[in-house]
Amino acid sequence: MGRALTITDVDDLAVGAWIIGTGGGGSPHLNHLNVRQVMSGGRTFEMIDPTELEDDARVAVVSTMGAPLVMQERLQDSRDVARAVEIMADHIGAPFDAVMATEIGGSNAFQPLMAAAHLDIPVVDADAMGRAYPEAQMTSFAIAGLQPWPLSLVDPRGIEAVISHVPTWKWMERASRVLTVETGSMAATCKAPRTGAEVKRWSVANSMSLAIGLGATVRRARAEHADPVEAVADAAGGRRLFGGKVTDVERRTTGGFLRGMAVVEGLDGWSGQRLELDFQNEWLVARLDGQPIATVPHLICLLDAESGTAIGTETARYGQRASLLAIPAPDLFRSEAGLRYVGPRAMGYDLDPVDPLS
Amino acid sequence: MTRRIGIDVGGTNTDAAVIDAGAVVATAKTPTTEDVLTGISDALAAVPHHDVDTVVIGTTHFTNAVVQRQDLNRVGFVRLCLPSGRSLPPLVGWPTDLADAVRGRTAMITGGVEYDGRPFEQLDEAAVIEAARRFGDAGIDAVVVAGSFSPVDPTQEERAAELVCEHLPGARVTLSHRLGRLGLLERENAAGLNACLLDLADTTIDAFSSALDDAGLDEGTRLFLTQNDGTLLTVDEARRHPVLTFASGPTNSMRGAALLAGVEDGLVVDVGGTTADFGALVGGYPRQANAAVDVGEVRTLFQLPDLLSVGLGGGSRIRVELGGNVTIGPDSVGQRLLTEALCFGGSVPTLTDAAVKAGRLVIDGAVSPDALGVDPGAVLAVAAELVAEGADRLKLTAAEAPLVAVGGGAFAVPDRLPGISDVLRPPHADTANAVGAALAEVSGEVDRVFHELGREAAVAAALELAVQRAVAAGAVTETVRPIEVEDLPLAYLAGDARRVRVRVVGSLAHR
Repeated sequence: MGRALTITDVDDLAVGAWIIGTGGGGSPHLNHLNVRQVMSGGRTFEMIDPTELEDDARVAVVSTMGAPLVMQERLQDSRDVARAVEIMADHIGAPFDAVMATEIGGSNAFQPLMAAAHLDIPVVDADAMGRAYPEAQMTSFAIAGLQPWPLSLVDPRGIEAVISHVPTWKWMERASRVLTVETGSMAATCKAPRTGAEVKRWSVANSMSLAIGLGATVRRARAEHADPVEAVADAAGGRRLFGGKVTDVERRTTGGFLRGMAVVEGLDGWSGQRLELDFQNEWLVARLDGQPIATVPHLICLLDAESGTAIGTETARYGQRASLLAIPAPDLFRSEAGLRYVGPRAMGYDLDPVDPLS
Repeated sequence: MTRRIGIDVGGTNTDAAVIDAGAVVATAKTPTTEDVLTGISDALAAVPHHDVDTVVIGTTHFTNAVVQRQDLNRVGFVRLCLPSGRSLPPLVGWPTDLADAVRGRTAMITGGVEYDGRPFEQLDEAAVIEAARRFGDAGIDAVVVAGSFSPVDPTQEERAAELVCEHLPGARVTLSHRLGRLGLLERENAAGLNACLLDLADTTIDAFSSALDDAGLDEGTRLFLTQNDGTLLTVDEARRHPVLTFASGPTNSMRGAALLAGVEDGLVVDVGGTTADFGALVGGYPRQANAAVDVGEVRTLFQLPDLLSVGLGGGSRIRVELGGNVTIGPDSVGQRLLTEALCFGGSVPTLTDAAVKAGRLVIDGAVSPDALGVDPGAVLAVAAELVAEGADRLKLTAAEAPLVAVGGGAFAVPDRLPGISDVLRPPHADTANAVGAALAEVSGEVDRVFHELGREAAVAAALELAVQRAVAAGAVTETVRPIEVEDLPLAYLAGDARRVRVRVVGSLAHR
């Protein structure tokens, strides 16, 4: 039996998904409003554990691709996400039993709920990243070598496409990105459908409930005037690696990505030490006095030291009191196959991955 | 005819300052009255008001109306966004009671623009006309028009407004691109807050004008209001865009502090009874907030100063925790300071008491706050830490900066602070807000996305447009200068797209 999501759950999801967005993934604000809006109209959501799926169940995998600024102007209609799922169902000639997120970090965490708002199916407590990553092919399904096709894509002006076949996940990213850019840098997509067996074997299980739990942890810590960063570290099985003040942020855009570096000067127990955080949409590498202390694929989260809310790569600025929290990535992403997709070298660093708990 | 009078109508006091040739010649503090008008008349009467060229009024009247949900118009919303955006209608995310007070009719219509200025969809003109008729039938004349990416290309919003006015005679239309930045919902929210204040704007400004007449000011005396960025708002513009006055209180205080202390770039703290409000000065002006700001619990993104409010003021309560730690605030005895603080014969230990006990503050007739029960030096040290941290949070770099301290609780600011080059305490600091209003300049602002121009050309194009706007608003061309230039390359967007935001200011031409 699934769990019925409450308004408090979706409020917590907005906070938790932003934390495991690891600096990117886009602010969940608008999608959160979308889901609150349908819930105020009486709509309820059922979240099921992956283990509840039959092996031959058909699971839709959704995300919206594009630029955050366009999302802030177009205000995505939740029906468009559902429409991408419908088109995919038509393409494969069978309806879906459930829907799940590609990316639980940031705004895309809400996409399965937006689809489910118009389709009578449950949401799976899982995703394919366990965080946010800069590119669409950086998923557990790609690492597992699962079939990358087909993909459906929707622009609300009646532009609907199915990419029926590609040779690789990278080609799917490139082909779908071209369509997205051409339609104004925003499109709802339904990725290659997965079977229940595939989801159980290869997804990041329980990542939605983890995100909800982290949001709840922050909420409770604030209410009890406890340290929210420490509470989140405990709840996520991670560790606080640094605390200080943001003293410099340098940003540039290249190849459609926001890249750069943030500097945090240590306070309290870290006084006199200096943290450098490299980013490409998300935080990728953390160096303490020049030494890497955490890298992708592990989750590098920068949190406001007081409120426990996430600080994004777009919103970091001088003077913020920030804590660095690192959470180990799921095993699949740390495997040799995983590192080829999401390891430091996949992101252009001549570095071995650094486990923040080691 | 060279004098300017600045009047700042606050929640408690109405302050006035008379400026001649850039120098303060008189100030006055009078209680704010329920009808506002009397308070202004009293303030005017308390200062010499002959040979006056211009009166500038800063007011929180419109903010209060929204906070109290009083005297608000019902608004008709025309949103140009379909076939996107349907699931996020106008007023989504507003507090229910405010949405209920403001909601007239809403119409979501096919239209909108893409990030590069191409139409998202052609405007459905018939649907706009239909909406105007429905608004008319419902007796609504305050209308918001908000379209996707309208700051990039406002043509559709302008055309829709034309159609509304044609089919709804007497309509008063707020165009979102005139107020807000990128972020459709936040921009539409700002426009909605504006439209719901239009009736109140008319009655309030009529009242201001008659207060000036009653005070016997010369018939040709010009009246301006101040807006959120610390610059002037013409009376006509204030009638159309009252929302632009929302943050003028703290802004005028920061502007006044900058002018009185002669600081162009630095930090300001206004310490009152309950809070210390920090702001940053750039070129003598408050730095603008770049992120969404909640106004009356509504998320907006428009011209508002970057402010940080910390629970530290003259009335803040002092406590000692079990381990001996001293805490200050965030609660305060507020306006009851004169009866509840120890040094005024009350029983509550406050920051004022610690300052009196430590000898930093001398108050005539005050009793010794013997019941403080804690080392006053320790209290002042905690206050100093709070001030230092607040000031630091407003900085954009680690370099030392001067801090201007104003307000009745400025004694909480020590003369030396880490990261601060100088602590300045200018004269007339208690009426800095009125001085800021009196010396307000004229501004022009541009915020839009440019393509394929390169950084320099894009900034130059934005500056040219901003200067045109400032001159149109009454600035002397030769005095216009940029005070904020910012460009952000847009991630994910193809074709060297960058968002450029510039603000320019210049002196008001004499009449």
